[in-house]
Amino acid sequence: MALSFDAIFAKVQVRFPSTSAGSAPNGARWVEVPPPDALEVATFLKTDPDLAFDSLCCLSGIDLLKYPAAEKDGPTSDDLVCAYDLHSLEHRHEVRMKVRVPRAHPETPSVESVWGVAGYFEREIFDLLGVEFQGHHDLRRILTPQDWVGHPLRKDYVYPKAYGGVELKREGQTFESGPYK
Amino acid sequence: MNVEREGDYITLSMGPHHPATHGVLRLEVTTDGEVIRACKPDIGYLHRSIEKIGECVEWYQFVPYTDRVDYVCSMNSNHAWVCAVESLLSSSDETRLAIPERAEYIRILFAELNRISSHMVGLGSMTMDMGAFTPFLHALSQREFINDIFEKTCGARLTYNYMCVGGLVRDLHAGAEDEIRAMLKGLEKAMIDFNRLISSNNIFKARLAGVAAVSPEDAISYGLVGPNLRGSGVDFDLRRDKPYGIYERFRFDVPVGKTYAGADGRPGDCYDRYVVRLLEVLESIRICRQALDQMPPASGVEDDPVGGWCAAKAAQKALRKPPVGEVYFRCENPRGETGYHIVSDGTKFPYRVKIRTGSFTAMSIFEKLVPGLMVADLVALIGSFDIVLPEVDR
Repeated sequence: MALSFDAIFAKVQVRFPSTSAGSAPNGARWVEVPPPDALEVATFLKTDPDLAFDSLCCLSGIDLLKYPAAEKDGPTSDDLVCAYDLHSLEHRHEVRMKVRVPRAHPETPSVESVWGVAGYFEREIFDLLGVEFQGHHDLRRILTPQDWVGHPLRKDYVYPKAYGGVELKREGQTFESGPYK
Repeated sequence: MNVEREGDYITLSMGPHHPATHGVLRLEVTTDGEVIRACKPDIGYLHRSIEKIGECVEWYQFVPYTDRVDYVCSMNSNHAWVCAVESLLSSSDETRLAIPERAEYIRILFAELNRISSHMVGLGSMTMDMGAFTPFLHALSQREFINDIFEKTCGARLTYNYMCVGGLVRDLHAGAEDEIRAMLKGLEKAMIDFNRLISSNNIFKARLAGVAAVSPEDAISYGLVGPNLRGSGVDFDLRRDKPYGIYERFRFDVPVGKTYAGADGRPGDCYDRYVVRLLEVLESIRICRQALDQMPPASGVEDDPVGGWCAAKAAQKALRKPPVGEVYFRCENPRGETGYHIVSDGTKFPYRVKIRTGSFTAMSIFEKLVPGLMVADLVALIGSFDIVLPEVDR
């Protein structure tokens, strides 16, 4: 039977009191999990017969450095967020789980043992956002070359001046333009 | 070709320029004679940082980049992006868009036509990898007819940039409905010919039956989607089970793998994935015909809620100040679920665009599935997964 977000969150909350519910102004809601509990919550979400989240649809990383505060002059954050979009083929319901990791120590346990596909998603997030997934069997860069410096999807990323002896600049153009000047 | 010897094992580099990898993909294969003992995919050769570009262009300017995410089915990629943005806009009354009825039908019609042409490339190149060249030409010639129709309507044969937030860039060209009907009739006949030509061919069947069978549990865990997931016998199709656009108005069946190869086959093998794609083409033809029958006639007024093609003014206004928040929207593309996780900070630029593609997740099962296969079977496996490399690397 498909469960609503509130019912799913209630089940998780009973088992893991450290989790909380998050929401965005557009109505999106998610279960927020502290990094140390991420693996256990993920295992619970998959194995509990009423939840049975057997597929990890998407694992995405977000850098909150330039994200506006919820209220005017409210606190902003520089954390990195991993968002796990889960779907249950058995019950046909969905939930989003979020793990917020501090910028200074971006570490969270790998959920590779729960969903096989997480191995590749985690490598991508490690490559582009620099989140380290502990216990991953092969955490290497996946899209950029192995000797690339920095994590391109971080909002404070500095574009390299050169790569492999080739200057990265075109006539009259730099990589400095764009909305995040 | 790089060859390293270590005891009886030889490590070879298959690719990045190999005709059977369908693009720039490198597989590091450790072989023991003809049998593969380990396989490590090395991807990223086509990484064009489309997700990063997404943060630097305005919402509507990102549509041409989605063409390049998967150039074999650009129309479906466009559809997924505009649906994701419209789903974000629909959370607020001020920015909600009323898409013209006719535009919704044309979206479905073109998405299904593009699905057919994408499956033609998938099926055709798979038969070619197995050594049968003629079916490839039959399949590609049908794809040309579809491209002709797309070219007349949107001016491009590969990267269409046809859908936009709010509807479509322009209406169908004059006489398109009749042309599509005639084309579908020819296509149906051609599919029967294609099927008679190759599906029961003993050599073709022997190359695919029982090869690289994926169990339903593995398929779900390793994120296989679309025809690859259904080939393993999992009955799930987003168009039917979580309809987006106006898919709930159409009647069609969802083919799943049933050990079609007979006694030699195993559930979820390469032949099952092949047959599922073949049957899906026929279902897409059904959807196209229903769309043509139900479509309201053109009114000639751009933002007419029934016969128009785009709510352009409302979309322009809404995209200047979209709602703050995030949305994950998934669409059924020819290569399975394509999802856009978009985060908006309320400005005219997206804050984060994450693209989840079917081919990328299909690569994750290689390390587990390939050991034990013969070298020649690896070619069959890549062909049956129908991976498109720009979609893997984005």
